[in-house]
Amino acid sequence: MAQPEETTAATGSADAGVEAPLVEAPPDTVAGEVVLRLTDLVKTFPGVRALDGVQLEVRAGEVHCLLGQNGAGKSTLIKVLSGVHQPDSGQVEWRGEPATFANPQAAMKAGIATIYQELDLVEDLSVAENAFLGHEHRRFGFVRRGRMARQTRQILARLGHGEIPPGRMVRSLPAAGKQIVSMARALSHEARLIIMDEPSAVLAHDEVGNLFRIIRELTAQGIAVIYISHRLEEIREIGDRVTVLKDGRTTAANLPARDTPTRDLVSRMTGRTIEYVFPDRPTDDAAGADLLQVEGLTRGGEFADVSLNVRAGEIVGIAGLVGSGRSELLETIYGARLPEAGSVRMEGRVLRPGVGAAVRAGMGMAPEERKSQALLLGEPIYRNVTLATFGRYARLGFTDAAKERAEADRIAETLELRPRDVDRPVRTLSGGNQQKVVVGRWLLGGTRLLLLDEPTRGVDVGARAELYQVIRSLAAQGVGVLLVSSEVPEVLGLADRVLVMREGRVVREAAAGELDENTVLDLVMAGSLMEGAPA
Amino acid sequence: MSDATPTPTATPERPQLPAQSPPVDPAETAVASDKAAGTGRLSWWRGDGGDGAKRNLGLIGVLAALIVVGAVTKPDLYGDPTWVWNNVLAILQLASVVGVVTVGMTFVIIGGGIDLSVGAIVALAGVWCTTVATQSYGAGGMIFTALVVGICVGLVNGVLISYGRLVPFIATLAMLVAARGLAASISNKQTQVSSSTFINDIAARKVLGIPILVYILGAVVVAGWVLLNRTTFGRRTIAVGGNPEAARLAGINVRRHTMLLYALSGLCCGIAAIMLTSQATSAQAAMANLYELDAIAAAIIGGTLLSGGRGTIVGSLLGVIIFATITNLFAINGLSIEAQNMVKGGIIVAAVLVQQFQFKSVTRLLARNRVTTAT
Repeated sequence: MAQPEETTAATGSADAGVEAPLVEAPPDTVAGEVVLRLTDLVKTFPGVRALDGVQLEVRAGEVHCLLGQNGAGKSTLIKVLSGVHQPDSGQVEWRGEPATFANPQAAMKAGIATIYQELDLVEDLSVAENAFLGHEHRRFGFVRRGRMARQTRQILARLGHGEIPPGRMVRSLPAAGKQIVSMARALSHEARLIIMDEPSAVLAHDEVGNLFRIIRELTAQGIAVIYISHRLEEIREIGDRVTVLKDGRTTAANLPARDTPTRDLVSRMTGRTIEYVFPDRPTDDAAGADLLQVEGLTRGGEFADVSLNVRAGEIVGIAGLVGSGRSELLETIYGARLPEAGSVRMEGRVLRPGVGAAVRAGMGMAPEERKSQALLLGEPIYRNVTLATFGRYARLGFTDAAKERAEADRIAETLELRPRDVDRPVRTLSGGNQQKVVVGRWLLGGTRLLLLDEPTRGVDVGARAELYQVIRSLAAQGVGVLLVSSEVPEVLGLADRVLVMREGRVVREAAAGELDENTVLDLVMAGSLMEGAPA
Repeated sequence: MSDATPTPTATPERPQLPAQSPPVDPAETAVASDKAAGTGRLSWWRGDGGDGAKRNLGLIGVLAALIVVGAVTKPDLYGDPTWVWNNVLAILQLASVVGVVTVGMTFVIIGGGIDLSVGAIVALAGVWCTTVATQSYGAGGMIFTALVVGICVGLVNGVLISYGRLVPFIATLAMLVAARGLAASISNKQTQVSSSTFINDIAARKVLGIPILVYILGAVVVAGWVLLNRTTFGRRTIAVGGNPEAARLAGINVRRHTMLLYALSGLCCGIAAIMLTSQATSAQAAMANLYELDAIAAAIIGGTLLSGGRGTIVGSLLGVIIFATITNLFAINGLSIEAQNMVKGGIIVAAVLVQQFQFKSVTRLLARNRVTTAT
């Protein structure tokens, strides 16, 4: 890790034309003063209570870490703070006064900048143009390019990256450089609070050190940082205080980042406040012959050398974080991506590439992004249910709408779809019912292997329990299920056998009964949870 | 589940439903299914889906308004039933050639593409079927040639777009230029006169008092409607245009289907080429100029979503007829073609604005749902 002093020196030499970094802590922000206080923040979406009483207190000059599993409400919280969403109730106090941010511009103006995981830069504009996007320096309608470039250079120097030319196209920068530009934009707005959503996820290991150095410089200038990461080792290194979210609630606030025992953090993250109802596993081993055999499957940069099998009537769960290669693996098995090495066999026969072959061999998939990958939102429910099978009801190319409707209605009844009117456009359904439509699609076709990618994302508790029941009963009829989820309890509760994936590799395989949530979390979070923590 | 009856209901005990799930009122369900039986049926004027019906009614309203304008400006003419009947036929005949092209265009746009080369394909097919060599095979040879040329050029578009991964706009723009160039070179920039009385009679003759061209338009529209609403081809078109990724993951061969859509558009152009050649009793490389714009505009006015996945044949037909009615209205009032073009431009803008307002309410709904998955 680079030392701050070195940085300053490097800055000076890299950019001789500029005097010492001019920007100081905004004068009205005293280090240590509370800049942001959230009280009982609530935000609901149809069917989901995304935030259910969040408390948060952020001080100037600190790195405040937000910890929580997927679905804990972190993203919603960020969006409320950055003005994308408005809270239903609760108080936002910004620099001592109640505040509402009607839109992202308002939040930006107030001094809250957000650096999203997918950086929102315009690739074909220069570094300076991106930094000042939306608030360019102008005179008589002309952009003052010289002045913008000068200020951008100053800001970049302040970030310790005076070597990035302001005129460079953002497209040509590496991911780390783009992140710097994002931060430069935040500073060009004179942000007093910068929210970073998993900033290390796009960085290589050695670049993370540089990121931390920048964060330290920002906080030394009195800027507050909200830092979100799944990696506990980072939180221990960079964080001052930690707030833990769980199911939209603050379960622990302002814990010291360095010396809170790992056990405490994990239990706050996982401590069930909602008990999901999982169907019972069959007592005897009912699984049959091998249905799916995957050997040595590899796709560069996504996953490597994955071997697994699924037997008829068995539910196999894959646990892993976003980016661990699990969704890509599922799509490759399904033929939607071409593997670089390895084979996929269904009932002993090697599959030809392509989704069509996989479907004919008896596979079905419910993809991760329900709306963008699975549904025709404006089309009626019955047409979504029969999307993969309408050809089978057709005679000489003429569709049989009555038959399709009847079949879809049967599925709707089976899955307890609400409302059960199969002529409604699918977009009018709640998330859980939309998911039932996607799963129901494959109940029609005589599917023998079901690939489920995050089947309960955005699905409320009641519908979840129903979906679990449906999946289990499918297995009881001999369907093999391969389930991917970033919610560890779901994988452990539903699957018979569990594979844990991390960075594209299977790091553990065991019967679901042999694993517990802490062990799996430990494995998916790069093994860092249990290290260096006082037990 | 390898047997034919996949019934996953067979769960002895279902988990207790949580309190928040709304109790299903049996009466309500009954009403809902009654409604389903009633509204689920497709009727001729509404194609499929829900909002198509309202839109098409709106278009009929526009058409009625145009007729009222005509009756007000020329009360003496509209008082004469024979004139009115002949005028209706004139409008339909005016709409027939572009109408046929628009049916093909509607499929392409619903399928998520665009075909800028339709006018050029019509010209190429028209020129090719009137060469001396082709005409020596008689009317049958000419018709066959026009259709095959249309399909083949469409297939080239389709292959470039679906397998060559060219953007439809670029691929068909290139074809627009190239096909007209080829037509000019085949015809040696001359007007080729058709000596086939069979071909020339198509536009000149009437059956039961209605021009044959109008029958052809009717036949193509009916065939297009059936194809879109009653066949697997139509269903695939909507799926491919509405959500290509979902279609692909459901096992639909998106690329092959995209290719076929352009071939279909080419076929429609071939038919239109015969009709147009018959009307002019000749063909030349400059014929069917800017038909692509008329066809796209008619489809958009008819409610076809430019981003794909939604549209109706009936709406497109109404769009074409509205355009033809405006032309007719301006002609009988002796107004300039410039004024007419300005009005047409205004109508296109108005139609798209209406579409956007409808679309906005939909996206708002989606946005509200989407965030639930974003936590």
